[in-house]
Amino acid sequence: MSRRRFLHLAVGLTLVLVVAGAVVLSYFWLPFAPDDTSGGRLAPPGGDHLLGTDKLGRDLFTQLLIGGRIAIGTALGAAALGGVLGVTFGLLAGFATRWLDDAAAVLLDILIAFPTLLLAMLIVAGAGASLGTAVVAIGLAMAAVVARLTRVLVKQILARDYITAARVAGISWPGIVVSHVLPNIAPTVLVNLALQAGLAVLAEASLSYLGLGTPPPNASWGRMLYEAQATVLTAPAGALAPGIALLVLVIGVNLTADGLRDVLSVKGSR
Amino acid sequence: MTLLSVDRLSVTDRAGHVLVDDVSFRVAAGDRTGLIGESGSGKSLTALAVLGLLPRGLTATGSVSLDGADMIRAPRGHGDVAAVVFQEPLTALDPLMTAGRQIAGPIRRFRALRGDALRDAVREALDAVRLTDTDRIARSYPHQLSGGQRQRVAIAMAIACRPRLLIADEPTTALDVTVQAEILDLLDRIVTENDTALLFITHDLPVAARVVRDTHVLQSGRVVESGPITSLVTAPQHPYTRTLVESARRFDAALERTGRD
Repeated sequence: MSRRRFLHLAVGLTLVLVVAGAVVLSYFWLPFAPDDTSGGRLAPPGGDHLLGTDKLGRDLFTQLLIGGRIAIGTALGAAALGGVLGVTFGLLAGFATRWLDDAAAVLLDILIAFPTLLLAMLIVAGAGASLGTAVVAIGLAMAAVVARLTRVLVKQILARDYITAARVAGISWPGIVVSHVLPNIAPTVLVNLALQAGLAVLAEASLSYLGLGTPPPNASWGRMLYEAQATVLTAPAGALAPGIALLVLVIGVNLTADGLRDVLSVKGSR
Repeated sequence: MTLLSVDRLSVTDRAGHVLVDDVSFRVAAGDRTGLIGESGSGKSLTALAVLGLLPRGLTATGSVSLDGADMIRAPRGHGDVAAVVFQEPLTALDPLMTAGRQIAGPIRRFRALRGDALRDAVREALDAVRLTDTDRIARSYPHQLSGGQRQRVAIAMAIACRPRLLIADEPTTALDVTVQAEILDLLDRIVTENDTALLFITHDLPVAARVVRDTHVLQSGRVVESGPITSLVTAPQHPYTRTLVESARRFDAALERTGRD
């Protein structure tokens, strides 16, 4: 394996850990109280306020740290939901035959063709805007992608001779799933989940930007972007800070997924 | 004593195509029976039906009795009754499990061994397939082994629970010719030593001739000729068997001609 593969993983993990570290830090220490507006409106970066203040006078760095909690929370929550639901459904669909198999495949294709944001909007319209709703919506969309991948992988694994050998030996289907199927699909599914987690961060930011995600006063990077929109020319820090934070986290997650794939495939497929 | 008896076995698919047509044969303890035929002749399907593992969508009629169990109506798997060696050892082994763990699986299950006893049994199985450096191989993943080593590991896995019937489905087809001969010798020795019955499936008459005693020649799902391999080779009755024998002879003749030139 080449050094470049480890480089991806190392850089990706570093970026993710920087954001995650800042988020952990935010639970113990914040430069200012989230609702402290003593700094005055739209203060420039520097001085007491590292990144300046927003149009209500709140400290931007504080907002950024709190927004990080939401970004990381969305990534983890949506990946957990999408992973559990997706793998479960994908496993069942992988074992299905005939019309049931066709029905599962068509259902998954329809779900995937349905835009995530539109699905999220529908769910938000029904359940009201909140972080929980956004995570559920993003997680459901992710589950469809994971389920389709899992289904195909399961079908591939089930066609292998070692599955037949296990059945000849009288090992039950649940036993075969635990000992052969899940370990063999795990590397690919995990990498896919990591990639999807990056997309989940973006999806949550988009929803919040549209006002469908985290409601005020909780800062989300997407909502910070929206609020800074009007003053982007006079006080660019308000838009740059959440934008760069998003970029760092998503690139970090994607590089981690990339590196993970290279590292896992060395042991896996060859 | 009859270990396996197949009576008027037919396999049909959903469209009504008959893939295996009225096949009957018997395998007694210690027998070495060959199913010979080209691809599509139904020999592998017959083996799957014997094990009760037909792909969904195929239905079997007739009767298959393996060690007293009805494998068509109430199939059950038992590592100590039958085991299979497959054609392609790379897909017959789980790529994520070390050779040792794969062999240990059925042993733990059917012989209830744990700890040191289990480790010894794995080493014994690897010794039995004439692998040296057993400790290293037990710790290796399939992709770290050569084709011959993989097939030996697959055989070790199959015989680890001392099955009374070993089904070998084209076990040498994916291997180099030199390795083929070694694996055939190994199978030969193992079934002799353990008094295991062997059901050997191949398209290759010379390969069958090395290990098999009784043969059934299949063509498009039907048994066209049965008998001891010696009489089949010396005096084939059915035209298809004659074709098989002649094509094998042509290879020999070509080899000799090349040697003379």
